[in-house]
Amino acid sequence: MPTIASVTPDEASEKLGAFLQREHAAKKVRVENMRLLTGGASRQTWSFDATVEHADGRSETLALVARADPRVGVNTMSRETEYRVLQAAYDAGVPVPRMHLLGDDSLGVPFFLMDHVEGETIARRILRDDQYAEGRKVMASQLGEIAAAIHRVPLDTPGLAKLPQTELGLTPAETELARIEATYRSITLDPHPAYELAFRWLKRNVPPQSDLTLVHGDYRMGNLIVGPEGVRSVLDWELAHIGDPMEDFGFLCVRSWRFGNDHLPVGGVGQREELYAAYERAGGRKVDPQVQRWWEILGNLRWGIICIMQARAYLDGLSKSVELATIGRRTAETEWELMELLGAGSEQG
Amino acid sequence: MQDRPTFDELLGAVENFLDTEIVPNVPGARGFHGRVAANAIRIVRRELEREDEALAAEWAGLDALMVAETPPMGRKALREALRERNEALSARIRGGEADDGEFAQKAAQHVRNIVREKLRTTDPELLLRSNEGGH
Repeated sequence: MPTIASVTPDEASEKLGAFLQREHAAKKVRVENMRLLTGGASRQTWSFDATVEHADGRSETLALVARADPRVGVNTMSRETEYRVLQAAYDAGVPVPRMHLLGDDSLGVPFFLMDHVEGETIARRILRDDQYAEGRKVMASQLGEIAAAIHRVPLDTPGLAKLPQTELGLTPAETELARIEATYRSITLDPHPAYELAFRWLKRNVPPQSDLTLVHGDYRMGNLIVGPEGVRSVLDWELAHIGDPMEDFGFLCVRSWRFGNDHLPVGGVGQREELYAAYERAGGRKVDPQVQRWWEILGNLRWGIICIMQARAYLDGLSKSVELATIGRRTAETEWELMELLGAGSEQG
Repeated sequence: MQDRPTFDELLGAVENFLDTEIVPNVPGARGFHGRVAANAIRIVRRELEREDEALAAEWAGLDALMVAETPPMGRKALREALRERNEALSARIRGGEADDGEFAQKAAQHVRNIVREKLRTTDPELLLRSNEGGH
């Protein structure tokens, strides 16, 4: 995995220390325990401790996380937009890490700093380890309550101003469908008749216009910090946009996020009914299961297209990661799930 | 012809090395990537074992669905020809020919068969969980 624009952990410590010293007008800042939490294709996340000696003699140790682009010119949401969305979500009571500082050019790539939230993000551990057994029982309900909080963040909040919107004259569903189809057509290296069947079905069954809300856009197991009591924080807001709230429930129930717990459609921890009931109790809109299903089919298709994108990062020479290379073969599981959800060809299967 | 070990036996040695030496002893992201690498070897071993049969079955399935054609000689040419036929099938689905009716049913059945075969190579456990492990 590449580090931040070829910055080693020692260099990152030095540069972030100098940055914090300037921002806090501190006498001295000592950065320790720099470690890479996730080295994804689209984002690098580092955690570290910063001991800040203030000018007035006070001293405090901050547990922080730096979220940075892996290289210059990554074509997704800017770190500044993500920082402001997270701040807006935090202010609205959504459980997200508290923002610390928006970065500058210290690292050579855009970044921001936020408070470290202790807990587990690795889905397989959350779904298997005994210490999360109690948390698993309530997670589907918690995810419903948290979604209700996300979906009622006022759209006139300044931090949401730069988010992608629904295309003029199109519904959110039409916007997303057109967007993922354009992506698929431009990146796929192989024909996928199963995806063509899904695109065709989605076009013929587009749900009606929905209310417009903040949508997390990547609401799933793997993007949550979890403790023994359940969900502590929702991470990875770089796909946030304004759209149909049911998009989040569709993506949450994509088969791949169940990590083998296939009978528990909500992230491998619960049933759809628990999610919907908690959502509605917490002030969310009434859930139409048909609309959720449309978004779940789109979600599986979208994840399949993301698999192709990740494989392209390897095939195009941007990364030598064995993980990105093998993700290219995970398209098959999304094709299978699409055929299951569409009930296509199953009578003799 | 090469001597023993066969390619499958050689890959088995690499897979075993990753599973028993790297994964339990290397912490963090590198150990995880060791696990991913071992899984990649398993995929390749299953694919090498199944590919000739799978390509022939896919060709026959397309023959039953569309105008029958004679397959080209050689694995590489066969893969390329299959790609083109799958493009043709995709275009027909995009054009709405598989929306309803008999072709829709036959196309869906064929696509399901092909995806099942892909999973026998890439993720046979998923098929077992779906009660689809057998042939």
